[in-house]
Amino acid sequence: MSAWLEMREVRKSFPGAQVLRGVHLRLQRGEVLALLGENGAGKSTLMKILGGILRPDSGEILLEGAPLEIESVDDAREAGIALIHQELALADNLDVTANFFLGRELRRGLLLDEAGMERECSRWLARVGARFPARARVSTLSVGEQQLVEIAKALGQNARVLIMDEPTSSLSLAESEHLFALVGELRAKGVSIIYISHRLGEVTRLADRALVLRDGQVSGELARFELEHDRMVSLMVGREYQSSEQRRSHARAESALRIRGLVVRAHPEAKLDLEVRRGEIAGLAGLVGAGRTELLRALFGVEPALAGEIWVGGEPRRIRSPREAIAAGLGLVPEDRKEQGLFLEMAVRENVSLGAIARDARCGFLDFAAEQRLVQDSIAALRIRPPEAERLAGLLSGGNQQKVVLARWLSLAPQVLLLDEPTRGIDVGARQELYALIDELASRGMAILFASSEMEEVLHLADRVFVLAEGRLSGTLDRPELTEEAVMQLATRSFPRLSA
Amino acid sequence: MSKNLGILAVLVVVFFTFGFLEDRFFLPGNLFNLIRWTALFGILSIGVSFVIITGGIDLSIGSVVGLSATLLPWFLAQHELSAPVALALVVIAALAIGLAHGLLITKLRLQPFVVTLCGLLVYRGLARTLTDDQVQGFGMGHSALRQIAKGMPCSLALLTALVGIGYLMWHSLRWVFPRTWRKGLLKTPGELLAIGCAALLGFGGLLIWALDAGELARIQAPAPFLILVVLAILAGVLLDRTVYGRHLRAFGRNETAARYSGLAVDRNVVIAYVLCALCSALAGVLFALDVNSVQPAIFGNFYELYAIAAAVLGGCSLRGGQGSILGVVVGTAVIQVLRNGISMLGIPDKLEFVILGAVILIGVAADEVIRRLVARRRLDARVRAAANATA
Repeated sequence: MSAWLEMREVRKSFPGAQVLRGVHLRLQRGEVLALLGENGAGKSTLMKILGGILRPDSGEILLEGAPLEIESVDDAREAGIALIHQELALADNLDVTANFFLGRELRRGLLLDEAGMERECSRWLARVGARFPARARVSTLSVGEQQLVEIAKALGQNARVLIMDEPTSSLSLAESEHLFALVGELRAKGVSIIYISHRLGEVTRLADRALVLRDGQVSGELARFELEHDRMVSLMVGREYQSSEQRRSHARAESALRIRGLVVRAHPEAKLDLEVRRGEIAGLAGLVGAGRTELLRALFGVEPALAGEIWVGGEPRRIRSPREAIAAGLGLVPEDRKEQGLFLEMAVRENVSLGAIARDARCGFLDFAAEQRLVQDSIAALRIRPPEAERLAGLLSGGNQQKVVLARWLSLAPQVLLLDEPTRGIDVGARQELYALIDELASRGMAILFASSEMEEVLHLADRVFVLAEGRLSGTLDRPELTEEAVMQLATRSFPRLSA
Repeated sequence: MSKNLGILAVLVVVFFTFGFLEDRFFLPGNLFNLIRWTALFGILSIGVSFVIITGGIDLSIGSVVGLSATLLPWFLAQHELSAPVALALVVIAALAIGLAHGLLITKLRLQPFVVTLCGLLVYRGLARTLTDDQVQGFGMGHSALRQIAKGMPCSLALLTALVGIGYLMWHSLRWVFPRTWRKGLLKTPGELLAIGCAALLGFGGLLIWALDAGELARIQAPAPFLILVVLAILAGVLLDRTVYGRHLRAFGRNETAARYSGLAVDRNVVIAYVLCALCSALAGVLFALDVNSVQPAIFGNFYELYAIAAAVLGGCSLRGGQGSILGVVVGTAVIQVLRNGISMLGIPDKLEFVILGAVILIGVAADEVIRRLVARRRLDARVRAAANATA
């Protein structure tokens, strides 16, 4: 079978690693090809090569059998290949039209042809089913709407291949549904789509075919009827994979965290009550915007609650700042590791010890020996790789960065550990390691409250799940009643059901 | 450490270039002046580096210098206060200024640039208004007080010997108490080099002092230099060996993460601005005692720019988080050597700023280029290693 677009024997090295070792990819017209693999498998690199952002060391790209030279983003655009970035690349201080035409503005003489651009932009927005005006300022749009702008922009530049990198990672349920419908329509019109996602449910639903990468090589190709969850995971991790065996609960009787009548700034109309016991792993589930992150931030004093009471270990506590939260015995592994959790340009040593140095100090002077002990112990206990205390935190992989953040909190031995999206952007192997770690902490009596938008994670890890909807606690599910359907039922409770 | 070595190399090159071009440059009197000016400006640079490490900036330094330099003789001569009271009042004024800056920046979340720019205008205006623009001085009196700035407490060689040998002795503690010291500290080539330099300076100084050899032995250490040495050691310890210093650097690197880590970020930043204002006032007082004639309208003008330039040249990044006290002091010395050399060579005053600006720009650009080259080298080496491993 000859392919419409083909990448042959593509190789690419980065310092210290050969990322692609002869990858072969074929794409037909009007096909949705899922590209799967753990982080670091080479998916993004391969797509950056196709999108003209990176140049391969060797290998060729063929379009309709003829060799295609892609040396820059412009070349790729010329060939009709457009990359929709994971982090959207729109100028959010400008309006949609300005972004749509950025770099190729229409002109009338010396002046911009504003009316012409608006007309053209509106036409494409309508085509992708956008319901916002072409003059809307990008900063007022939701992430899903911004994504539509990107897609419209690509189509407006005559794209025949759309590369979508984790397109649903920050979309609400409704927005995801809209995107799926759009993917179907584009496919019918002959646009080819390369779809990268960690959410295998989506892949089963959308893709015509899947290409799985592992360690820079193709580890398998699956046809439509072969797209089963365990099969895809097995190819990704390279061994037989059996989906989550049941965790054993370590929950004890004593209360570790109790909140009553807590009012969070983002949802001033809702009052929250919940309790987490020692050794218990509690999950916070809900759709985007349900208030999970806001609840954790309020508990940790980043955005203090407007009202309500918080007990930690049975004692009432006043928490108006992270300092007070830490003093009360809380810790937070934040949502955005790089912005909120880590000091990327500082050494692993300094990142790990930052919490404990004040405790170990003598009259304000650092105790370097104690610091060194703590860091070596943490590296060994959490298996931080590479085990180098002086390496800059920014040079570690996502999973190891998360371990560094965890290590900082563990050194303070909090009673309650709050985690916000603990495995976002972390690959399957490292995830399992983090889950085992969290489980171990719970077994030692630490209470865990984690927020996650990944259903699998919630189902696998939690002893009990609090489901939020529109800032309210819409229900609590214990182990026996914990199913995907039950969670979704509660998460969408006050919403009208969506039609797919 | 490599940054410190770089700026040290620049100092050595500039120093000997001027010495080569102009014989009078190496005269004891000139060297004494160089050291005195480096000491006075070094105090300013140390102060501002704390602020720069938070990612902030202090533009009011020159005006704080002007205000404190005006206030001291004004209190002493016009109001006939006693010296301790006058000094205490100046310190209180500086404390208030630093607190005001810090609180406006942390509590009201105003930008450091704006706050200290307003400070620049306000303190200059205050100094002029209080004194009605009259030149202030100590006249013939207060000679004891003026010794703080004018005094020559010991020979330079002896001071060098003490500092160098002191450093060596402090380092040898880790062999005396290996359990508490050796584990905690890093053994790097840079550190070995530092020990080497300390040994050279220490024993060289000791030799010159003991043998009373030639003109070098007769150069006296200006009192402000003694103050600088003590201040630099204190600041270095504060920055690199205390919880406060570590927290300050962390805040400079990533403000959000510092807040999430529960650091007392606001308090730390306020302290940095207070330290900067106190250093400025100290330098202002020393400048005033030194020259004995203070024109409120211009005294200390542009000094903040010398201080900031020295800090940047010495390895501080205006993005925050980076910098070392040693580098900043050496950076100050480079600037003072340049100023001194330019005037000795008979280059017109008008050109001074052109040359200073160009040299600082070249220095910072060279640093950036070298950093990238080294990074590229390392990359290439790792690519080759990886290729060999797979082959």
